[in-house]
Amino acid sequence: MTTKELQLKSVEYRKKILQYIYQAKAGHTGGSLSCIDILNVLYNDVLNVNPENFKSGLRDRYIQSKGHCVEALYVVLADKGFFPESALETLCQYKSYYIGHPTKKVNGVEQNTGALGHGLSMSCGNALAAKLDNVDYKVFTLLGDGELPEGSNWEAALSAAHYKLDNLCAIVDLNGLQITAPTHEVCNTEPLDKKFESFGWAVRIIDGNNIEALQEAFNALPFEVGKPSVIIAKTVKGKGVSYMENTLKWHHGVPSPEQYQQAIEELTSVQESLLELA
Amino acid sequence: MGATIDNIATKDKANLDVFSEVLQTLAETDKNLLVVTSDSRGSGKLVPFGQKYPKQIVEVGIAEQHLVGMAAGLASSGKKVFAVSPACFLAARALEQIKNDVAYSDNPVKLIGISAGVSYGALGSTHHSLHDFAVMRAINNLTVVAPADNFETAEAISQAAATDSPFYIRFGKKVMPLLSETNTKFEFGKGRVIKEGKDIVIIATGEAVYPALQAAEQLATENIHAAVISMHTIKPLDTELIAQYAQQCKAIITVEEHSVYGGLGEACASFLLQNQLTKPFKIIGLPDEYTVSGSQNEIFNHYGISGIGIKNEALKLLNNQ
Repeated sequence: MTTKELQLKSVEYRKKILQYIYQAKAGHTGGSLSCIDILNVLYNDVLNVNPENFKSGLRDRYIQSKGHCVEALYVVLADKGFFPESALETLCQYKSYYIGHPTKKVNGVEQNTGALGHGLSMSCGNALAAKLDNVDYKVFTLLGDGELPEGSNWEAALSAAHYKLDNLCAIVDLNGLQITAPTHEVCNTEPLDKKFESFGWAVRIIDGNNIEALQEAFNALPFEVGKPSVIIAKTVKGKGVSYMENTLKWHHGVPSPEQYQQAIEELTSVQESLLELA
Repeated sequence: MGATIDNIATKDKANLDVFSEVLQTLAETDKNLLVVTSDSRGSGKLVPFGQKYPKQIVEVGIAEQHLVGMAAGLASSGKKVFAVSPACFLAARALEQIKNDVAYSDNPVKLIGISAGVSYGALGSTHHSLHDFAVMRAINNLTVVAPADNFETAEAISQAAATDSPFYIRFGKKVMPLLSETNTKFEFGKGRVIKEGKDIVIIATGEAVYPALQAAEQLATENIHAAVISMHTIKPLDTELIAQYAQQCKAIITVEEHSVYGGLGEACASFLLQNQLTKPFKIIGLPDEYTVSGSQNEIFNHYGISGIGIKNEALKLLNNQ
């Protein structure tokens, strides 16, 4: 897809994230909006994964360690044809498979996540298996900046470098906010790039809401042969909706009817501008 | 499965030795089989495995959470993974990874808790696992197994390897005698009757089965006939067999190298009470206290996980009817 097409996709995805969270009256709004550009570029421009090859051992893997932002994953998987979008009408309802964290009962989901600090270790296992089998699929995992104090991340970070897993790419959705307060106030993880570097990773810092920057970073993988790569993606929590951006309460806030309408209008206006430019 | 393990002499070895030998046999023909360890290949008796199959052993260092998470990832990429770590650390430090990455995500890792129970003896409570049955029982999609002798160990490992399901299997360190000369059948979820009897049934698991058998022999000299069951699978529990022996015997004792809370005994009690099978009943295990220091044998004797200790409890139950 072209950069422009991807930019339009992101707006469409943002609208759907809001639509389903609004309908379900539940969801992780701010984080889903911050990471959606990352998922968009991954699924539409990078990953060799689709409903047809999903059972193939040679597919690329994407594990969403920050499982709470599942609404972003759902709208992308629906768009890619893993399941009919109408299934999302049941989001978080009684007996629905489409619950508030990813599960493998939903086609296209690699692992059941939601407890934080789990995705990177499982990704290491996938990546090591590829090395052992001498096959060249790639493994991606999305981490939240708020989950980085979980020590298991750093056990995995050591291990990925030890096993030279250059087929592994972690993306940190660095939106700077977690449920209680700004991440640096809860537990400062900076300087994050230096930490990953000292653990033996190759690091790039980019604007994680910039489609072109994401494309460039993913195209440059691995950043160094013999090292795992990490993209520190600086994002805006609540990106795309003016009153949600960088605002703590939208971690899992649900918009009122008026707020929802305003959000959709704002996004429609962005969409129209992009189309005019095209 | 019998054909693969027939060649292994299963006498006078620790269950862990047999575990390692069976894995070597399996690894010879299955290059997909991996052992993942956390600096525990020595205590897991896996040094020969590592020497013979260096490409099939993955070392993660002392990082149990990552051990289990990575094992889950390897298993989800088609590897047949045995994740080996001391039971005390595996069942506590890595519990969330076991719950989510293995059981909930249905990644068929075989979790092997080594030096379980009080095998580490005088190293103290940091190294004891008296809670592993309790926590593993409460996790959906996990078969929980404690083999009693070399035969059960060989069968449990080779049969678990042939499934696509997650397992927790725990082993002790000490040399185990063969508990039965007629090793005809081992099936997960089916208790193994080691000795028939009609007066009292002793339901034991893992390394506590041998003292149960000793107690039965001592009771026999007093003309009391005790049945002994090796309940190697803690979950799913063989309730059919428990019901059968609860009906035919006058009293029931359970014995385990585990806290009296949440293990085999309470699993049996729960089943019996909910099915109106009430008989004089005693759970023998480790009480809720700071465990006395000593070797595994000394700790067993202290808490009555011994021939004489179990016999005395049997007599109490039978005399108080």
